[in-house]
Amino acid sequence: MTDDTSFEIIDNDDIDSDFVDEIVKAGADRIRTCIQCGTCSAVCPSGRLTAFRTREVIRKALLGLKEEVLASEDIWMCSTCYTCLERCPRQIKVTDAILIMRNMAVKHGFMLPEHRKTSQKLIQTGHAVPIDDKNRGLRKELGLDEVPPTTHADEKALNDVKEILKKTGFQELIESQEGQ
Amino acid sequence: MPNRFPNIEASIRVVLPKLGIFLDDLEGASCCPAPGVIRSFDELTWLALATRNLALAEMSGHDLITGCNGCYSTFKEALTEIREHPGRLRELQKVFKDMDIKFKGKVEARHVIEAIADLGPDKIRSVVTKKLEGIKVGVHYGCHLLKPSKNRPWKKTQNHTFLDELVEATGALSTPYKDKNLCCGAGGGVRAGQVELSIDIAKEKLNNLLDAGVDCIVNVCSFCHLQYETAQDMMNEELGEKKYNIPVLYYTQLLGLAMGLDPSELGLDTHVVDTKPLLDKIYG
Repeated sequence: MTDDTSFEIIDNDDIDSDFVDEIVKAGADRIRTCIQCGTCSAVCPSGRLTAFRTREVIRKALLGLKEEVLASEDIWMCSTCYTCLERCPRQIKVTDAILIMRNMAVKHGFMLPEHRKTSQKLIQTGHAVPIDDKNRGLRKELGLDEVPPTTHADEKALNDVKEILKKTGFQELIESQEGQ
Repeated sequence: MPNRFPNIEASIRVVLPKLGIFLDDLEGASCCPAPGVIRSFDELTWLALATRNLALAEMSGHDLITGCNGCYSTFKEALTEIREHPGRLRELQKVFKDMDIKFKGKVEARHVIEAIADLGPDKIRSVVTKKLEGIKVGVHYGCHLLKPSKNRPWKKTQNHTFLDELVEATGALSTPYKDKNLCCGAGGGVRAGQVELSIDIAKEKLNNLLDAGVDCIVNVCSFCHLQYETAQDMMNEELGEKKYNIPVLYYTQLLGLAMGLDPSELGLDTHVVDTKPLLDKIYG
């Protein structure tokens, strides 16, 4: 319960004590040294325009509030500018920690629809942004090959990419999001 | 870049050989893949596709070069991850099993502007035939070109000047503006997933650039470029007036103009924001 006068009480059931360990294991190894100074929030371009507070996300992660962090859109407001990582006085890889939490969120079925679409394009074409008719035309007009010499023009290369996306589990991961 | 900004690609392909930098196509390349989106969804997938692209370059015997800060970030970070954690390469070899992808991790990833910066402003001045005098430029470096600074080749970790110097070598003036080092707002999947926030961040920068009275923005990233090109139109539509009209140029387009190349050869007649006011000022 929250209002202006009472403290927010964290329920024991909401705490997952393994959450921080998972983040540490995935590479944000200094996250436990956070002193909540707020430098990350102060330098954040998204934070200056919205209620997104990097410091708060890190605090919640340290408290083990896994579900709350992963289900929130907050972690998707980061533009990965890396300023917080550069400025953190504890040298915590803040941006990396957010990327790690995003990976976890997707595994738990939290993915924005636009991001699912981008992923589907990658699976189908090898490009998150495939060529379209307008740019085909523009390429010709500019004297470039109409289709660039990428997976767009090379069936074997595209098949390799598709195979990789199957082996890493990406295809399955994205397909599993469809019903979410 | 080839799928979204053929105009920038054309400018890179025409300008670089004139500086003595010759390009080979990375045949069969895929999306880098994008560090903001794909890396946010599944790190192993991001690393595997990045490594495949790096391996294609390594097998061809050349370093990899890209004109996009996002791709640059992906390749620099992937190389760092593999070099700092040798176990990752073994993990990837399982993914690449039965494919003819060999990778030792010896290849380097470079940015077009890094190669140009290595030549230095003096070299640029030596190829300039049409000095862009009186042109006020708002320089935008972009986050992933510079950060994380420990994995980047620049001499300084902040307050960079190399791009400003390269811009000024064309005869143009790099004009200071508020919050010059602020993010464009496109990265991290924000442009796709949180459009309003993304445009709000761009708006802040564009307002500052308007206040500084620049004739154009110069950037070195296809995603920053997209952001400035498209955000202005979107903001004008919302406002119902044409307030935001700052032409957005990639560095090799600006340099191409200073080398006396035809604007159409540099794709400058195919921009979202009309480049004509800038061209009129140059040729006026």
